[in-house]
Amino acid sequence: MLWVLAALTPAGIWSVVLFGLHAAIVIAASVAASVLTEGLLNLAFKRNNTLDDLSAVVTGVLIGFNMPPEIPVFIPVVAAVFAISVVKWSFGGLGANWMNPALAGRVFVFFSWGTDMTSWTLPGIGGVDAVSGPTPLGSLKVAMSSLSPGIDGPMRLLESAGIPTTYTDMFLGKMAGSLGEMSALLLLIGALVLIIIKVVDWEIPLTYLGSFALFMWAFDGLQYGGGLFSGDVLFHLFAGGLMLGALFMATDMVTSPLTRKGRIVFGIGCGFLTFVIRRYGNLPEGVSLAIIFMNILVPLINRFTKTKRYGVSS
Amino acid sequence: MKKFRSFARGGIHPPGNKGYTSDKPIRNAPLPATAVVPFSQHIGAPSKPLVAPGDHVEEAQMIGEPAGFISASVHSPIPGVVKEITSIYLPSGIKTEAAVIELDGEFSRLGKTHEDRDWVSMENTEILEILKNHGVVGQGGATFPSHVKFSVPKGRTCEVFLVNAAECEPYLSADHRVMLENTEDIIEGIRIIRKLLSPKRVIIGIEANKPDAIEVLKAAGEPEGIEIMPLKVKYPQGAEKNLIEATIGREVPSGKLPIEVGVINANVGTLVSVCEALRDDKPVIERVVTISGGAIAHPANIRVRVGSSIRDLIEECGGLTEEPAKFISGGPMMGFTFSNLDSPVIKGTSGILALTDKEVKHFAPTACLSCGRCIESCPMGLSPTTIFKNIEHERLDEATAYGLDDCVLCGSCAYACPAHIPLVSAFKAARGRKRRLSVRNKG
Repeated sequence: MLWVLAALTPAGIWSVVLFGLHAAIVIAASVAASVLTEGLLNLAFKRNNTLDDLSAVVTGVLIGFNMPPEIPVFIPVVAAVFAISVVKWSFGGLGANWMNPALAGRVFVFFSWGTDMTSWTLPGIGGVDAVSGPTPLGSLKVAMSSLSPGIDGPMRLLESAGIPTTYTDMFLGKMAGSLGEMSALLLLIGALVLIIIKVVDWEIPLTYLGSFALFMWAFDGLQYGGGLFSGDVLFHLFAGGLMLGALFMATDMVTSPLTRKGRIVFGIGCGFLTFVIRRYGNLPEGVSLAIIFMNILVPLINRFTKTKRYGVSS
Repeated sequence: MKKFRSFARGGIHPPGNKGYTSDKPIRNAPLPATAVVPFSQHIGAPSKPLVAPGDHVEEAQMIGEPAGFISASVHSPIPGVVKEITSIYLPSGIKTEAAVIELDGEFSRLGKTHEDRDWVSMENTEILEILKNHGVVGQGGATFPSHVKFSVPKGRTCEVFLVNAAECEPYLSADHRVMLENTEDIIEGIRIIRKLLSPKRVIIGIEANKPDAIEVLKAAGEPEGIEIMPLKVKYPQGAEKNLIEATIGREVPSGKLPIEVGVINANVGTLVSVCEALRDDKPVIERVVTISGGAIAHPANIRVRVGSSIRDLIEECGGLTEEPAKFISGGPMMGFTFSNLDSPVIKGTSGILALTDKEVKHFAPTACLSCGRCIESCPMGLSPTTIFKNIEHERLDEATAYGLDDCVLCGSCAYACPAHIPLVSAFKAARGRKRRLSVRNKG
């Protein structure tokens, strides 16, 4: 868990650079709320101390990372308390929960305080004040209703809507979005380290991102009047919470399948559902719901992806 | 790099630590002044004592006879007087009667020359009878009586005789040294078994980390049509079922014996005993034991009489350099932790390890995160985490359906578990509980 925290640190620091002190307060508040809830439940149920495993800290950081920059501090706190007490502890604590606590906490407050959870801020670097502004994916959904001919993809659409962006800006995190999802680059570096030291398995990130990219490439071009296989893969990979979700949330071992085969199925399922929600759904973003839905399917996936046993004919 | 054969699923790569002893020639331990000889050194019924306190026994005299179909005889390792018949615990936790013999009188065999016995003209039944009367049991650790193992059941044929020379347990090198120093005895043992079973093929499966042994076995065995198969260095290459899979690509059906797929196997140490029983008329009264581990002053391979105390053996190796964290009888993966150094060496004792704190690594278990590392390491394709969780909830039937009884107790899952959950100990305990429950339900 310490390694996971270390891998998330660069993205956390970057969020403070982009959005200022309030970002740090949001992340700190959700970590504090997670740890406190875990600690109190330990006392209440007379369990052995489970704070040492740092899982509550990771949940807190991930909840903070999932918050818009100007969020009122009580919202991540509510999300953290819900995540730890309802999603994690009511099923038996670490290892027994069947849904990713951080994601469930995020979704809980997303549907409870919808306006606050969708008020975005453009990052300001070097003393420039942050101003409110939509996320690329949010603008896309709005602008899509007034799609005019001649616009061949999301980049041109955003340009015509008056909020142009570049792939580099998106890759580095110079766009509106949740605190921790800003820089695909920093998240990728962190995840790569975790994969190399075998804290995280490669199957889910690779199949999630891969299948998502494939579906977007194949079908997203259609709505801009292009043919099959003309979708803008780079835009969709770098926009929104995909990197954070695919690299750090879907890979949660507790809520993902047991075998490699199972994890590949899980990753492809996440990629497909994220594509479906982003492309056809009302919401601009589909990562959280896609992963949560696949969390629910894990027992089923486990059942059908068992290893072949020695000396037992199937 | 050359690709060696291996079993297909799972497996782990624990540090070998064989360098402590693998280049040290076998030396003889001093004869014990007192031998404690258990009547249960094998799987099956304990042998029936033939001696009483006060009796005088010769060296190699039978002091316990087989008491049932699966049982073996036991012999006195030294000449002397039976002081008492007492009850002791073996390092494995098994309670058994044992004869305490005090050294006295002349050695009838030791240091004397003898003529080779002609076994070639013997009937198979006669050979099996000799194995039975000489207390030959499997020396790889399971100690299954050999005269039973080498009797092919009616309607079956032994297609492959498989010699287990893998010695995949870390630290142990006794088999390795025996292969180098008793090569001719092993080959003679194979000739005897060949006559007994008439297999189409004889294969020696050996891990590739013993190139010198592979070379001498090839030189001695290949002219006689014995196939030497170097295997990938991966634990548990020497587990019976996995070795069969690695060498001939067959899987023993769940709950069945190797003969189901036409295989009978034996450990190299067992073959030396077979050879000595037939050729030299010598019962199993000694074996080679690896004494090793970070807390042993001078680790070594020692030929020792059965019934010698473990304490004396450790003294023979220069004693302890520090208080060890753990004593283990056998290898570190599948052996037994014990504390009573006055326990005797028995026919199945392959090693005595005194491991330091650093070697043992103590961890408190934490929650299972369902990471699946145990599944990836399981050579039997099981899901240890699923079995464990069912056991925790006292659902033994479910655990059995997930393959509790197919587990070979190799310890790979517990080794791979990042949460340090004692999976194998839980499986062993659950099997014991299952057995007791079924006995109770019957009665």
